[in-house]
Amino acid sequence: MRGLRRAEILIALLLAAAIVLAAFSTPWLRFVLTVALAKGVAVLGILLLLRAGQVSFGHALYVALGAYAVAFLAPRVPEAALLLPLAAVVAGLVGTVVGLFVSRYREIFFGMLNLALSMVFYSVLEKLYHITRGTDGIRVPAITVLGQPLEGSSYDWAVFAMALGLALLFGLLARAYLASPVGQALAAIKTRETRLDFMGVSPRRVLLSAYVLSAVMAGCAGAVIAMATRHVTPLLAYWTASGELVFIAVLGGAGGVLGPFLGAATFELVRVYAAATVADAWGMILGAVLLLVILFARGGLWGIVAARLGRRRAA
Amino acid sequence: MGEWFEQNGALLGLALLDGIASAALIFMVAVGLNLVFGVLRVLNVAHGSFFAIGGYMAASIGLLMTAVGLPPWASFAALLLAAVVTGAILGPLIERFLLRRVYAEESVLQLLVTFALFMILEDLQKIVWGVQPVSFGGPVALMGTVDVPFAGDVIPYNAYQVILLPVVALLTLGGLAWFLRRTLAGRVIVAVTLDREAATAMGIDAGRVFLLTFTFGAVLAALGGALSAPTASLVPGVGASTIVLSFAVVATAGLGQIEGAALTALMIGIGRSVAVTFEPELEVVVPYLIMVAVLLLRPQGLFGVPETRRI
Repeated sequence: MRGLRRAEILIALLLAAAIVLAAFSTPWLRFVLTVALAKGVAVLGILLLLRAGQVSFGHALYVALGAYAVAFLAPRVPEAALLLPLAAVVAGLVGTVVGLFVSRYREIFFGMLNLALSMVFYSVLEKLYHITRGTDGIRVPAITVLGQPLEGSSYDWAVFAMALGLALLFGLLARAYLASPVGQALAAIKTRETRLDFMGVSPRRVLLSAYVLSAVMAGCAGAVIAMATRHVTPLLAYWTASGELVFIAVLGGAGGVLGPFLGAATFELVRVYAAATVADAWGMILGAVLLLVILFARGGLWGIVAARLGRRRAA
Repeated sequence: MGEWFEQNGALLGLALLDGIASAALIFMVAVGLNLVFGVLRVLNVAHGSFFAIGGYMAASIGLLMTAVGLPPWASFAALLLAAVVTGAILGPLIERFLLRRVYAEESVLQLLVTFALFMILEDLQKIVWGVQPVSFGGPVALMGTVDVPFAGDVIPYNAYQVILLPVVALLTLGGLAWFLRRTLAGRVIVAVTLDREAATAMGIDAGRVFLLTFTFGAVLAALGGALSAPTASLVPGVGASTIVLSFAVVATAGLGQIEGAALTALMIGIGRSVAVTFEPELEVVVPYLIMVAVLLLRPQGLFGVPETRRI
């Protein structure tokens, strides 16, 4: 187990190096990988909730919150190093309020309440045209990075670096969190919640902490996506976006913090090719792959990698 | 209040009628969702897709019947036929080949499986029926309008929505209550809902009950969709909003409640149509506001019984 944990760090560094190399060698990949890293961070939040046996069908709500926070605040605070924490704070605050409510529920109710709230946010974004400009969305104005007014590819590199930095930061944070007593209690919610009560631990508070952390992660992801795409629309909060996050979590595997990033990179790369050829059936393919992974490869991509590592160690 | 009522009375009456019509449709979906959850313990996220596919199917069959030259009343048969065809084909297929594999799994996985199914069915609709709105107004035109007296006013409203839909919903409610409480097959279903193991020990074939209940729920949802086809044009995304809305009804009423689901559907349907009429921007938010408010005060739902926690 400890060997695997150490191997995980090694693989993470290798993966990071590979991503940087790929972004250097093929410029159009840089954008794809930036979005993939950002989504990986959001999926990391989903993974925390999955550890507690809960699935949220509405976390795109926080991605959209982070993205819209950047879009609304950018004209007043045109600095990425300030916008990112601001987006995290907005997502964290909303996550706390919503979390106080949804952490009372489990499983179906938890999943569907999150879905309902994200759908409400989606329609609010869509209907309040005079504020959010409806489905047209808002263009994110030019922003500085650490005081530097960057243009073109140097700006793209800065956003890419931000995404990579966030991925590493939150990856380590999630690892530490899951290994901590609270993280262990989180897994106990899945196996048998009553035992936590008997030990004097409040399952609600444990779940709430994971929920707020996941909201902050999704908010940061949204902020990076807004800076990378320079345009935000209500579609960020639509249920398909939430479904994508859950899909990536299952595809990557919930066994380790690298799963979300493996899943997100695979997902975004496949989409670049697949979306062009089978745009109409994209959701259908996602659904079919999701079924196949659940029925036949429960551990996802990380599960396959971890099994290989384990076998080599045993031999 | 008096002055406001004089100015907006007719509008309020119209909103109430709209609410009753949409409540009838929501009830058809919600009661099936509730029944399936009660028996199978699986929340079917793809339940809203049955509604959408039922609607599209009804429009297709109805338009086909008109094209072939069948008499106009045949379009009512088209609605029923669409529901039965949709439910009877999709229901058993999905229960047998998909859900049966995951009954023993944790509920997150069951939720993910039906969610995957939902993604597949949503795209299937787009591929088969395209993304342009599909409409089929035959039955509404056929039934004409009736004058509904309201607060000294007379509101002309189409008979299809104000008579046929509520009547079908009430028949479903009454029929279901009678079936579950008075017939042997119904009592078998209730027995499986209450205690699956004890029921199986008594010699009940739980697998068969699951199959029949799931199919029945799918037919009800498809019937709701088919009945909605003449009143609103079908667009992609109907399935998503339907499942969220009917879940709101089920959660507000409390799981396992039939009459409660009917009352809650009425409450949410009217709440929504009143919002559409007076504060259109709030339309989508109202059902969830009702749900969240109820769940905050009564986590088990309005009519639900709190479940004792098992250690």
